[in-house]
Amino acid sequence: MSAHASHAPKRSGIADWLTTVDHKKIGILYLIAGGIFFLAGGLEALLIRLQLMYPELQVIGAKTFNELITMHGTTMIFLAAMPVIFALMNAIVPLQIGARDVAFPFVNALGFWLFFFGGVLINTSWFLGGAPDAGWTSYATLALNQYSGFGIDFYVLGLQIAGLGTLIGGINFLVTIINMRAPGMTFMRMPLFTWASFVTSGLILFAFPAITVGLVLLMFDRLFGAAFFNPDAGGNVVIWQHLFWIFGHPEVYILILPAFGIISEVVSTFSKKRLFGYSSMVFATALIGFLGFMVWAHHMFTTGMGPIANTLFGLATMLIAVPTGIKIFNWLLTMWGGQIRFPTANLFAVGFIPTFTIGGMTGVMLAVPPADYQYHDSYFVVAHFHYVIVGGLVFGLFAGLYYWWPKMFGKMLNETIGKWNFWTFFIGFHLTFFPQHFLGLMGMPRRVFTYLAGQGLELGNFISTIGVFGMTIGTILFLVNAYVAAKSSKRAPADPWDGRTLEWSIPSPPPEYNFAQTPLVRGLDALWVEKMAGNKGMTYAEPLGSIHMPNGSFLPFIMSLGLFIAGYGFMYHNYVVVGIGMVITFGCMLMRSLKDDPGYHIEPDEIDEKGVKA
Amino acid sequence: MKSWQQSWRQLFLFGLLALTLSGCGMKELSALQPQGPVAAMQFDLMKLSASIMIGVFIVVMLILTYVLIRYRKRPGQEGIPKQVEGSHTLEIIWTVIPFLLLIVMAVPTVTTGFTLGKEYNKDEALQVRVTAHQFWWEFEYPDLGVATAQDLVLPVNQKIQFTLTSADVMHAFWIPALGGKIDTNPGLDNKMWLQADRTGVFYGKCAELCGASHALMDFKVDVLEQDEFAAWAEKMKGVQSAEPAAPATANAVQGQQIFEKSCLGCHAVAGKGGKMGPNLTNFADRQRVAGIMPNDAEHLAKWLRDPQKEKPGNNMPNLNLSEDQINSLVEYMSTLKVQEIKR
Amino acid sequence: MATHHVNAVLPDEPEKATLEGKNKILGFWLFLGGETVLFGSLFATFIALRDQTNGGPTSQQLFEMPLVALATLLLLTSSLTSVFAVLALHKKDLKKMQAWMTVTVILGLGFLALEIYEFMHYIHMGHKMTSGAFGSAFYTLVGFHGAHVAFGILWILTVQLQTVKKGLTVVTAPKFYVASLYWHFIDVVWVFIFTVVYLMGMIGGKVG
Repeated sequence: MSAHASHAPKRSGIADWLTTVDHKKIGILYLIAGGIFFLAGGLEALLIRLQLMYPELQVIGAKTFNELITMHGTTMIFLAAMPVIFALMNAIVPLQIGARDVAFPFVNALGFWLFFFGGVLINTSWFLGGAPDAGWTSYATLALNQYSGFGIDFYVLGLQIAGLGTLIGGINFLVTIINMRAPGMTFMRMPLFTWASFVTSGLILFAFPAITVGLVLLMFDRLFGAAFFNPDAGGNVVIWQHLFWIFGHPEVYILILPAFGIISEVVSTFSKKRLFGYSSMVFATALIGFLGFMVWAHHMFTTGMGPIANTLFGLATMLIAVPTGIKIFNWLLTMWGGQIRFPTANLFAVGFIPTFTIGGMTGVMLAVPPADYQYHDSYFVVAHFHYVIVGGLVFGLFAGLYYWWPKMFGKMLNETIGKWNFWTFFIGFHLTFFPQHFLGLMGMPRRVFTYLAGQGLELGNFISTIGVFGMTIGTILFLVNAYVAAKSSKRAPADPWDGRTLEWSIPSPPPEYNFAQTPLVRGLDALWVEKMAGNKGMTYAEPLGSIHMPNGSFLPFIMSLGLFIAGYGFMYHNYVVVGIGMVITFGCMLMRSLKDDPGYHIEPDEIDEKGVKA
Repeated sequence: MKSWQQSWRQLFLFGLLALTLSGCGMKELSALQPQGPVAAMQFDLMKLSASIMIGVFIVVMLILTYVLIRYRKRPGQEGIPKQVEGSHTLEIIWTVIPFLLLIVMAVPTVTTGFTLGKEYNKDEALQVRVTAHQFWWEFEYPDLGVATAQDLVLPVNQKIQFTLTSADVMHAFWIPALGGKIDTNPGLDNKMWLQADRTGVFYGKCAELCGASHALMDFKVDVLEQDEFAAWAEKMKGVQSAEPAAPATANAVQGQQIFEKSCLGCHAVAGKGGKMGPNLTNFADRQRVAGIMPNDAEHLAKWLRDPQKEKPGNNMPNLNLSEDQINSLVEYMSTLKVQEIKR
Repeated sequence: MATHHVNAVLPDEPEKATLEGKNKILGFWLFLGGETVLFGSLFATFIALRDQTNGGPTSQQLFEMPLVALATLLLLTSSLTSVFAVLALHKKDLKKMQAWMTVTVILGLGFLALEIYEFMHYIHMGHKMTSGAFGSAFYTLVGFHGAHVAFGILWILTVQLQTVKKGLTVVTAPKFYVASLYWHFIDVVWVFIFTVVYLMGMIGGKVG
């Protein structure tokens, strides 16, 4: 033991962030990177809505518009929503299960850097000949060489790299949750956010390989002259749609389940009650995850699959309403009889409920294939998925960020700014997207860069654009809030909300080893159980001892950089560059395999020294 | 939490206001004002599913409102609320009721789905073959020996069986007032039937992102009385089996020469010409230039001056015509009439 | 907690002796689940496009049983030898384990050589990645598998190298175990390729 007790060379500043394998720091990296991409995607949305403010406007050209919608969708889904989810999963899940670390700290860091470089690669397209312009769904044949620009190559390679990062991140969380739970933390005592992260990670594992294959096929068609989607050479355009949606539909649940988890935590804490119907919530989460794989073709009702396939997929889709309904009523009943407080986190959670319900309602409506022939690819669909993804996921993420910000950063977000943040965003959101339901039914297809005057579409579009300003102000207020919190010298307490779960039993922010002593979990809402038993903190499962920690490493960063370089090599058909990139990546892999990381130990005296003070 | 409630109510009122101000859209375009049996069946399903869902929404909102008012923490309130684990009765209720509601929706979903999925042969329905192009629509009536583009001419009160495909990328064929859409996939044929219950004009759109000018890939549907349609088809067939006729004025003759030299490679007129661009046999009878602009001399000239400016990314290059040439072409093209359509 | 027991007595089932080892094995099983979806998608694509030869040679004209049977034999045997290697690992017999793994690698190399020869032969006959949808689907599916075999060989060699230097420890044992799991997976995928691509291709006729 003593041979390894010495500390690894401590890196500081930027080198520390580039090499960190600490899940809490990786969480912050995910949040910052995801946040930046969220702002980029938001800016794109703003331009889109400005172009559509009045009929036949010429703010931006038709081609630029298509680039903007493509990048808006791609950025928001893959580079903003997923990373911010991963930020919260990284920051919170190990704490909620009483673990000192994730199962694969190195892989965790690698996952982040792959996502980051993939995202950067896609976005460099703006400066290298134009962004992808075939929509975030990138349907063949529009996405083939003959019909679209160089930008699609960035989409294909960037998403491939980022997707790889997401996949290994998902595996990391699955293993972490299965193997790293503290003593007593049985599956049926896990907080719902951890459960949601678990199911989401499982969905990632089984959904992402499908898009990997889709992207490989598209890449081969575009770069090497293969004929998967080329009808003139025997290819079939519908294969892309199947592969895309076999991934794409579970992706929707990958996004929304963590939001369900967050809402469950927030609503329960601020009602001062345990979650109503915990077991059925867990069951509903798992069922939604399972059904999520059975319904991908409801995105393809107008593809021409015929009435039998359409009907079956439609009915299967409707079924998802049942577990979703269970969740909504359980949240309502959690609040019933409670003492509800309304800090910003709970405002977002409460705002989530009606908003998401509307998104779910239109979802059921969309599941009726004959009616979907009217809704499909119209603004009705645009309204629906924004109600689900913004009104559901983004509200959930805001709730989660306000709730866990003190735990992540050790500072409280300002409540006054927070309330302004909520109301501007909430009202702006509904103004933007509510009229879009009617625009769609009144005959406005989605992804149109303009619409003609005199077709009855003016008013709805105008209101919709006005709403965007509300959302913009809300987002800016959040940034202001983060800045104010960072500047403030007031430190957050360990348990600012009268929390119920394990993360609130340790300091804010937690020390690098999270738990000086592994806690013993004695029931659902582990901390609450101790509070009710009159204990000051957790009961421990082990005596104070030496804690083993992994060393940081530059390898994840360099390994991802290698793929980033190889990506450009592929796009420009420069196979020397591909070779260099691949050598870097595989070289790093080899180094990682050959050189064992002994890690280092933190001794009990150091733990005392740092003090576990609230 | 009063403001929360108020804001919601305001929002709802605002939405309703917006709705009433714009009505339900134009009857030529809106799916909310069905003009044929397909759109009507779809609208019925929309109303059914929307009513059920709004019912659910009201229940959720009532409980939420009650809970938020009744159980908010009051100043000085202490103590710990009862920690309720759950309730099997309640959980069964909100599992079973949604399930029953879904069954109510599922039955018409299945029956309508199969009704709309029927395919009709040429004795039962008029057959129309649709080929989508970037960014225009080609319509053929194989049993009538007629081909046209952009303006789809249909008889009233008769089933129309469409067979749809694409010449380049995926598009989607959508006439909201008559019924839902279906994709046109390159290399594959899709089937859909529609019917119009009244004569008049309906607006059609492309609903699948298909390139730069996806937004401008509009078309028009002219629904005629059945005898008028038969007369139209007869006349079209006559013109399309003959050589293009010579126009009357000198300027138009000159225009025809320019047309034959510069345009005929891609555009057919009467029985002659290519298929790269829209068939222009009855161009002057159509409502729009390029599907989007009013069909008059001014807009046609504008189009001819620079097609890429009006419809970015389409396949017609700027022919760099002189104003004189444009003038002659416009005059010639205004003679491309087969039968005036009463609108 | 300790990761380094170089001098300590090696426990039974050394690959599962540490939490790191257990994590690695579980994580790898999950990864294989993802790989299954990956190959499943490739198989589905292949089945959809297998008759679209676009005027090129058909599978009946291309495939020859002896070559494919020999490749199958090599790979199946290599799976067996990797089982022997894991048995040796459980007996903590390093020498035997290394020997069996070396045999596995040699068999794998033989398989790869046959596959490369096979591809060159097909390309000669006009069956290319670019010749039509069938060609694209064939080379992508079978090539993906081939790339997995190549990667597996390099991987096993890397682990072999480490055991030479470090011996059999609770750190190297999980690596060995996981590499052999991967090798079995590749083998299973090949059984499906043999059936779906080659046998069904040679019998001819459309599926379903």
